Amino acid sequence: MATEQARIRVGRPGYRPDVLTIIGLLLVILFGFWLLVNFIKAPADFYNLFLIGLTNGCIYGLVAIGYSLVYGILELINFAHGDVFMLGGMLVATMVTGWSLQNDSGVVLWLFIILMLLITMAFCATINTTIEIVAYRRLRNAPRLAPLITAIGMSFILQNIGLVWKGARPTSVPDILPNGTVFTIGGVPYTWNKFIVLLFTIPVLLALMWLVQRTRHGKAMRATAQDREAAAMMGISVNRTISFTFFLAGCMAGAAALLYALYFTNIRYTEGFRVGLIAFTAAVLGGIGNLPGAVLGGLVIGFVQAFNEGLGWHAPGSDWTQSIVFSILILILVFRPEGLLGERTPEGA
Amino acid sequence: MAAGLQAVRESAPALKRQTMPRAKRAAIVGIPAFLVLAFTGSMSLGLIMAALILAALYIPAWSALPAGKWVVLAGILLLAILYPIYQPNLFDVLVFGNFPSADTGVTMLVFIMMALGLNIVVGYAGLLDLGYVAFYAMGAYTVAWFASQHFSGVTVHVGGVGVAPSTPGFHISIWLVVIIAGVFATVAGVLIGFPTLRLRGDYLAIVTLGFGEIMPQIAVNGDNLFGRNITNGSQGINPIDPPGFGDRLHNAVGLPTDFLSSPNSTRLFYWTALFLVVVTAFCSARLRDSRLGRAWIAIREDETAAAAMGVPLMRTKTWAYAGGAFFGGVAGAYYGSFKGGTFPSDFYFNISVFILCMVILGGMGNIWGVIVGAAFLSYLNQEGLANIGAWMNANGVSDFVFRKQIDVPLYTSGIFGVILVLTMLFKPEGLIPSERRKQEFREGVHDQPLYDVTHE
Repeated sequence: MATEQARIRVGRPGYRPDVLTIIGLLLVILFGFWLLVNFIKAPADFYNLFLIGLTNGCIYGLVAIGYSLVYGILELINFAHGDVFMLGGMLVATMVTGWSLQNDSGVVLWLFIILMLLITMAFCATINTTIEIVAYRRLRNAPRLAPLITAIGMSFILQNIGLVWKGARPTSVPDILPNGTVFTIGGVPYTWNKFIVLLFTIPVLLALMWLVQRTRHGKAMRATAQDREAAAMMGISVNRTISFTFFLAGCMAGAAALLYALYFTNIRYTEGFRVGLIAFTAAVLGGIGNLPGAVLGGLVIGFVQAFNEGLGWHAPGSDWTQSIVFSILILILVFRPEGLLGERTPEGA
Repeated sequence: MAAGLQAVRESAPALKRQTMPRAKRAAIVGIPAFLVLAFTGSMSLGLIMAALILAALYIPAWSALPAGKWVVLAGILLLAILYPIYQPNLFDVLVFGNFPSADTGVTMLVFIMMALGLNIVVGYAGLLDLGYVAFYAMGAYTVAWFASQHFSGVTVHVGGVGVAPSTPGFHISIWLVVIIAGVFATVAGVLIGFPTLRLRGDYLAIVTLGFGEIMPQIAVNGDNLFGRNITNGSQGINPIDPPGFGDRLHNAVGLPTDFLSSPNSTRLFYWTALFLVVVTAFCSARLRDSRLGRAWIAIREDETAAAAMGVPLMRTKTWAYAGGAFFGGVAGAYYGSFKGGTFPSDFYFNISVFILCMVILGGMGNIWGVIVGAAFLSYLNQEGLANIGAWMNANGVSDFVFRKQIDVPLYTSGIFGVILVLTMLFKPEGLIPSERRKQEFREGVHDQPLYDVTHE
């Protein structure tokens, strides 16, 4: 895969602001100014939107990690990832309705939510691993276009499965999360349903970080990502490691799916594609292949979305959210293709 | 340079020799074709069709003769031109039902045109464009602006047909608008391409996807863009004027005044679309063999090597983008005029993938492959799947396999997904690949970036 010379890392050139950097900085400054004006005008709205953004951002971050993990190891954009997430959400909808969880409360409810988390994670991980074995494994050494196209195909297949499973209308999930206030910030209550998203995201992320940084499996993953051939020579089972990566990515998608379905209380077959694209943008924004970057990117996108949809002063509104997210994606790829936390790569240079 | 060209020409027959033996090829295509025909009702017409299909499939044998290639080409063209005339008398094919109507034929031809346009970008230059529908939208909205009553503040008539001379709005002749649309799309292509074509592979795909996603949103929200109604929102713009030649030409030469009110309107639309496809195919073929086309192929095979040999990467890629965009725009404009309206729901991501599917299934880089792929898939989408579903339901296949009656069009996107996956897994070069492309897929290309990405 990589020859000796292909591993030469391109260092950042000495600091000299070029036109692109200046334009990029100007855009960021404008954005900051816009936020500041809005904050001064309506602080309560701002806090509220901040909390919404944080919650959305957590979910996007979880999905984005799935893209980043897979891209890190295979340099493949797993288009089907968003749809795995969507199917997980549909499974949650089925479970919540099937077990009539809206009638439960207290410890029973918590146990059920944790049970659902495990089931959804296992479910999404199984789908994701299966996809890898069926659709991507044969194409390990094909031109890079080939697995990308297969991924798009898988995405369509999963979307169709979602459509056939739950129909074209959004499936509503009974609202089971408590709505009480955890604490108040600037006069705005931080409700439990938002807090739970954060409460579930952090341990899941910590577990993932531990797995990737501290365990043998994680080491194998990092080695495979760096150089597949060398990793194989060192006795790492590359195929198993890649499957394991897809498994982990699926787990993240499952966790995100549970939180998404419970928090937004509905799921539709097209949702996976939409959230997937947003999450992919988040992954690119943070620096694809970089796990903390993916979470950071997710949070940024979550905030941008919340502020855009809610702020009163010169906000384009929810009609334009998607356009704004993709504009960010395009701008990032033009101005800083390595992302916020990534390293400079020749891909975009 | 001349010596290099000579070498390329000489290597061409060598490539040809590696194709499948002719007899094997004929058997693979001929036997199923014969079986399908044998199961159908009218044998006499069936046999004629079988002979024609076999003759068409024997292109490699024919093209060995001097001028044989042109005979085959003329034959296929003749079949295509006469299609709306003999189509009603055609037999029913097993499972697929009747042959596509001329109306479906127009849609198929428009999609063939778009697929040929995308083929320039994906097939020749190897740039994965996931937002091709943006150019189609560009063309469709151009025709909607310049040949409808949308801008009712002004009244401009330049050869517009099918409307009274006092009707407000721009009414420019469709023939002109089609070219304007192509130019607009080209400009859009260059503008989109300029910042993004520096990126390689996946990144380019994602950026184009981003543009493809922004486009329908602009179309949906465009009814109040800075206080102006540009796109009329999700209701779309209709009616759009039909193509036509106007009274003067009608009286002088007998050309139809306007297509819509003509008694054989569908045939006129069909023939015009066919003409556009022929022009597109001709341009693609000539472009492919031009200096620019060879530069595209060089970039596709190895970007670094091409750059080292002095191919200007950015300019060459931008031309590929612009060329693809032009045909996308023209196709969009003509389709808008044919349908009589432009709606934002026509420009979603799945259409981009649908067109990509055609190029991939048929064989990237090969004009015949792309034409066959596009015709087949757009037929499936328009009529085929519904026909197959009806046949399965009527003959108990659905009851036997699924234990219920099924709605096949519901599974359209899944079926296209399966086609994409299976093609990539088992025949990544497509059904009718270009020899060169096939070898690239078999042997792999070395288009790794000079410096690789490091993940830590």
